[in-house]
Amino acid sequence: MRRREFIKVSTLVGSGAVVSPALMLGGCTSSPLPGTGVVTKTPTICDMCFWKCAGDVYKEDGELWKITGNKDDLHSGGRLCTRGTGGPGAYLDPDRLQKPLMRVTVDGRQTFQEVSWNEALQFIATKMQGIADVHGPERMALLHHGAGGHHFLHLLRAFGSDSHAEPAFAQCRGPRDVGFRLTFGEAASSPERTDMANARCIVLLGSHIGENLHNGQVQTLTEAINKNAMLITVDPRFSVPAGKSQHWLPIRPGTDIALLLGWMNVLIEEDLYDKDYVDRYTIGFEQLAKHVRQYTPEWVFLETGIRPDVIRETAREMAKAAPATVVHPGRHASWYGDDTQRSRAIAMLNALLGSWNRKGGFYIPEKVDLPHYPLPDYPKPKFKTGDAYPDKWPFASQGVTNGVIEASVGDDAFFKGWMVYGTNLPQTIPGVAAKLRAAADSLDLVVVVDTMPSEVTGYADVILPECTYLERYDDIRNSGERHPSLALRMPAFEPKYESKPGWWIAKQLGERLGLQEYFPWDDYADKLDWELQQVGSSLEEMQKIGVKNFPRKRPLYFRDGQPARFYTPSRRIELYSQQLADKGFDPMPVFTPPEPVPSGYYRLNYGRMPAHTFGKTINNPLLFQLAPENQLWVNPLVANKHTLESGDYVRLASREGAVSGRIRVRVTERIGPDSVFMAHGFGHKSKRLRLAAGAGADDSELMTNIKIDPIMGGTGMRGNFVTFIKQSSTGSKS
Amino acid sequence: MTRFVMVIDTRICIGCGDCVVACKTENKVPDGLNRDWIVEATRGTYPDLKTEFRSERCNHCSNATCVTLCPTGASHHWNDSNIVLVEPEKCTGCKACIAACPYDARLVMHPDGYVDKCTFCHHRVARGLDPACVSSCPTGCMHFGSLDDPHSEVNHLLKTRDYKVLKPETGNDPNVYYLI
Repeated sequence: MRRREFIKVSTLVGSGAVVSPALMLGGCTSSPLPGTGVVTKTPTICDMCFWKCAGDVYKEDGELWKITGNKDDLHSGGRLCTRGTGGPGAYLDPDRLQKPLMRVTVDGRQTFQEVSWNEALQFIATKMQGIADVHGPERMALLHHGAGGHHFLHLLRAFGSDSHAEPAFAQCRGPRDVGFRLTFGEAASSPERTDMANARCIVLLGSHIGENLHNGQVQTLTEAINKNAMLITVDPRFSVPAGKSQHWLPIRPGTDIALLLGWMNVLIEEDLYDKDYVDRYTIGFEQLAKHVRQYTPEWVFLETGIRPDVIRETAREMAKAAPATVVHPGRHASWYGDDTQRSRAIAMLNALLGSWNRKGGFYIPEKVDLPHYPLPDYPKPKFKTGDAYPDKWPFASQGVTNGVIEASVGDDAFFKGWMVYGTNLPQTIPGVAAKLRAAADSLDLVVVVDTMPSEVTGYADVILPECTYLERYDDIRNSGERHPSLALRMPAFEPKYESKPGWWIAKQLGERLGLQEYFPWDDYADKLDWELQQVGSSLEEMQKIGVKNFPRKRPLYFRDGQPARFYTPSRRIELYSQQLADKGFDPMPVFTPPEPVPSGYYRLNYGRMPAHTFGKTINNPLLFQLAPENQLWVNPLVANKHTLESGDYVRLASREGAVSGRIRVRVTERIGPDSVFMAHGFGHKSKRLRLAAGAGADDSELMTNIKIDPIMGGTGMRGNFVTFIKQSSTGSKS
Repeated sequence: MTRFVMVIDTRICIGCGDCVVACKTENKVPDGLNRDWIVEATRGTYPDLKTEFRSERCNHCSNATCVTLCPTGASHHWNDSNIVLVEPEKCTGCKACIAACPYDARLVMHPDGYVDKCTFCHHRVARGLDPACVSSCPTGCMHFGSLDDPHSEVNHLLKTRDYKVLKPETGNDPNVYYLI
């Protein structure tokens, strides 16, 4: 028998009564009008995605009414996005985790049983102590995503482990941040430091801002469009921003590096680059000029399908607007396995345009100098996360989730225990199902902390129900922005059911592990108040205003011609990367053609939709009503060939044989005939997500051809090919 | 008659649906019903394409057929303005207004037994606020105001930008404008 069978959470013992979703919002009566009752307002930081907009939670007569943006907040500009506005659904969702659950064996079959908090916490603490005693505390790893993960990182560090990874790195922004750091010595950050509001030209490569609703990004892009900035969008799909662009370049998928090299060729050959900036701040220009000489627009055309005159014209547009040109770094960047190099090419193009740290290009973000609550030093761990996968991915600047998972398989595996916070691994990491099963079978302890019974809970020994962001304190938001600013998340409600805030769970575990000196607060509010007082504010003040902006201490941009040092080994912007060369990688990006589409197959393109944040929000009753399933975009020529019509259900099969859930066809010209497209996050299997279960298809389970970025470990997801299995026929390919 | 108009910039709208959710929470619209919705219209052939997103709702027509045809007087113009409301107590649910509306903007059927619809958030307008959809829109593509005020933003936009209304041929004199 497997040590840890996958349990569908629907089979738990003694599940509490649940309210029908239909009853959720209550009956609406003709009167009184909204807002005529007793209305109160509580500040929050939205947790519907990871942009962390500040807002206000409105209650009317004690009931949750609505959530709106905080006008003083730079992240939201006073306006929340679709998901943020749908935040009440997260609190009201009747499918939330309600009580701690523990894996038990009943009649030879594993299932979950409701237990008391004390029993759950004591079990976890005992197991963790056992792992520390036998193997060392570093063998306990945290896989996390979201603001509350910090509490558990603190717990693990106090425990003696700094082993942790988040999918935001290897499945998302990692290649971009590493590529920019290799070039400029700094990352593009989150919120991205793009100065789009002041840009005269914006170039998007596969970045479909507007479909991914990162609020500040949408708002500043909109501002640029309102000011008639030049918008150039490179995307094989007619995305939302493509439709707002003066130039849409429907590129052959996977050939972006060729286009970027071609653009650099034009800027250099036509003498359009910013010579003063390049001379003053960069290193390796001569090598770059020589390197890109071969990538003429005529050559690039053959690879990308973008006409040479369009390549020249768009390069000239960028140069004309420079330095107020943003070649956007994108966000989800793990596409083809050469993504750090593509991100490098983007960074280098920006360097040629002189846009880094210049107005209309990229600004210099600034945080508040916020002291941390005084605590004892953490014990020094003997191992770092990367020691679990030595000799791999030398430029991984954070833990690599896929590396941690692989290092958790087998009796001699490096990792012996996991704490999983707020990340639904089966949907988050492409093609990971088999490895997750193997890891779960090997590990001594798997703890999942979440608000929802997502699929990953099925691998847990213990599931701990966290309350939602509307019911808890988390750390003060102090993100790098145009102005330093702080924002507060505080509870608008008492936690529902038996759910608890992350800080409370971490403290309880800490106390059971003898780490109480790291958790000296009775209430997390005490810690926040101390920190706020150090910068002339207080919890009391923040509870009233939610957001406090501070004046900048440093300039927002470079002054023209100012001296500057960058955080690279040469202290200059590295067009030629000696660091990469030293480790055996190409010091400048080289174009490698993508794998061609096999006959009878289509490229699997995927992305976001504005109503949802990955799989995290599909079951939210408000957002589910807006977008209850994803659709498969199919070009009319392809639809014709396979006799598909809009509304038909199909399944998809990957070249390697993975089969998706059923998904509805949408015949549209907005995608070319070599690809199909779906929004990511659907196709949930957890039956306790009663709205989301079985709705739409999950792109990540079709990803059976993963290209790992050798530089930093990112999982390239765009090299997958699929074909149709029509729903009406019994599994045969159409 | 005070003339309130909504002006929506299709050049900016991304079809995100925030307006739909904001309306639902602000007005406590029951599950399964929406007072506003998104239309996506794409024309052309890959790769020569044009897509327009529109946030649609009741047009609060100055010459509203739903008001004229309502047999009980439940459908009415609010407070000597063009804002069309339904008085639930007078509504029998006969659906004449649904047949009369060229925009299919009336909900079928509020659980309490009346025909529900967009109110232009008159409860907010009465307090000098924009409707919830306009206030929430992350792109700021939606504008609201009085056409009677010559200095209003909506007046300025309609004077300086090209626009269209939906189904002008009905003679309903609609008040939701789309900048193009």
